[in-house]
Amino acid sequence: MPKSMSVVREAIAGDEADDAMAERAVAEQVAAGRKVLPIVEGVVLVAALVAPLVLQDYLTVFATRVIILALFALSFDLVWGYAGIMSFGQALFFGSAGYGVALLARDLDITNIFLVLPAGTLIGLTFALLLGGFLLLGRHPSSVIFVSLGTLTGSYAADRLARGWYYLGGQNGIPSISSMTLGSYEFSEGPPFYYLVLGLLVVVYLLCRFLVRSQFGLALAGLRENEQRIAFFGYKTQHLKAIIFAIGGAVAGLAGSLYAFHEGFVWPNMVGVVVSTQVVLYVLFGGSGTLIGAVIGAVIVEGVSFWLSDNYREVWPIILGVLLLLVILFRPLGLISFVLGERERVGSFGGKSRKTGKEKRDAAP
Amino acid sequence: MPLLEATGVKKIFGKLTALDGAALTVGENEFHGLIGPNGSGKSTLMKCIAGAEVPTQGKVSFINTDITAFTPTERARAGMSLKFQITSVLPTLTLYDNILLALQAQSSLFDLVFSRTRGLLHDQVMTMLTQFRLADRAFDAAAALSHGQQQWLEIAMALAGKPKLLLLDEPTGGMSLEERRVTGELLQPIKKHCSLVIVEHDLDFIRDICDRLTVLDQGKVLASGTVSEIQANKAVQEIYLRRA
Repeated sequence: MPKSMSVVREAIAGDEADDAMAERAVAEQVAAGRKVLPIVEGVVLVAALVAPLVLQDYLTVFATRVIILALFALSFDLVWGYAGIMSFGQALFFGSAGYGVALLARDLDITNIFLVLPAGTLIGLTFALLLGGFLLLGRHPSSVIFVSLGTLTGSYAADRLARGWYYLGGQNGIPSISSMTLGSYEFSEGPPFYYLVLGLLVVVYLLCRFLVRSQFGLALAGLRENEQRIAFFGYKTQHLKAIIFAIGGAVAGLAGSLYAFHEGFVWPNMVGVVVSTQVVLYVLFGGSGTLIGAVIGAVIVEGVSFWLSDNYREVWPIILGVLLLLVILFRPLGLISFVLGERERVGSFGGKSRKTGKEKRDAAP
Repeated sequence: MPLLEATGVKKIFGKLTALDGAALTVGENEFHGLIGPNGSGKSTLMKCIAGAEVPTQGKVSFINTDITAFTPTERARAGMSLKFQITSVLPTLTLYDNILLALQAQSSLFDLVFSRTRGLLHDQVMTMLTQFRLADRAFDAAAALSHGQQQWLEIAMALAGKPKLLLLDEPTGGMSLEERRVTGELLQPIKKHCSLVIVEHDLDFIRDICDRLTVLDQGKVLASGTVSEIQANKAVQEIYLRRA
């Protein structure tokens, strides 16, 4: 990222200096500290890479779970942080994918990573398309309240359904799911699973960043800031919302299938309201509307919970609750806003160069 | 055939009849002023034409198509654009991105995802910004602009998609005298390719810029004609001009 930016900067600087404006813009961007985001991303990545080397084994297992939840947080961030769709039912896609791959493993003995992860992603995508189609694709735009209550209801209903359905294991869910496999290799808990999950997080993160920094991302920003206004430009706003909602569902599905295999069991909570709310908290805490904020939020909320529950066995939920409230009250843009300015958070779209063609494509992150 | 023809438009909110059979006809490349005292239904008629409100009764035709039931998106795609009364530029985005957002509205999803049209639209973005005297601030956030400049940015955004008809609801609201004069200058050149409907309290502004006027009173059309006809109209003078 920093490299491509400097390439662009050179490209602009070398452009006969006929366009003082573009140069001034770049100078301003530099002056405004435009480079914070790549630094934060780099620090987080390096920390994540070395973590298993310094952590005890049981903590690496915990860290793997956290990375999966960070992936899940990205899905909610795409939907709420970027497109302004309040989904209180994101666990529906996370959990249904988890149940789906658990059934594949239990009933059909399918555990190959190249089958179960795409299957889980597809399940998340399909459920999100169905629910999103119903909630978002009316002739007239649906209100935030309608969508949040609709997704909440969906998640609640799925929870009840899972609890009552014998085939899905009822209250107990589906225990002892066999390990995910690649040929004869089994992914069990520990560093290999950790690095697999981290690799997937990085790939999904980069794809998400490509999407939100594209011209499509600009349309999403318009959607988030003033949906009616951009409808008057001729955008098919409902379609845009359904698309990003479905993409969010797919990412949640991927996270859910990893979670099922990592924990070795699925249970009704995983599709329910509690987990749906949890992901909202991750993103609000870390900073919605930035991808790295969602990741940081998941890591910090889970990390702090882990530490507090170890040290303050009785009162830790209260301490955590107060912490979350403080951040949401005083830092509505999340922890990331301590280091990240408004301008860089919103960013620019569709490549940073004013040139067309090859240079522009090189500039796209 | 006129470009826009609204006939027998009725709009009832609960017990209030905001429009009672209002009509408006706008020809091609015509600047049309919509005036009347407060509460006469100007803004409601504007919203019925723009698609922000659905008329209780009546018909709106645009380029020979009945668009009464069209959504705002469909109207925009048919070639209609509007600037809201309250400025609604997107404050956190740069001016550049505000205009690009308006310009890329008709790009395909594929082109948007792979950012294929930004390079092609760059010159148009800069032309619009230059035309509206905002080019030197292209990469500032729109929130940093003065009120008048935000109005210009919004007019530029509304014009970006090359509409056949632009609806302007109080374009000079809150502007200084000088800014009003400049706004008039900025609007003149678009006459070559676009018609205009303006709701505006500033009668001097309306008189300078418009070809024809329609006067509304209590939801009905009181008079419609050229500026000089309306100025000579006794009924209009009585209910409106004198009070203003």
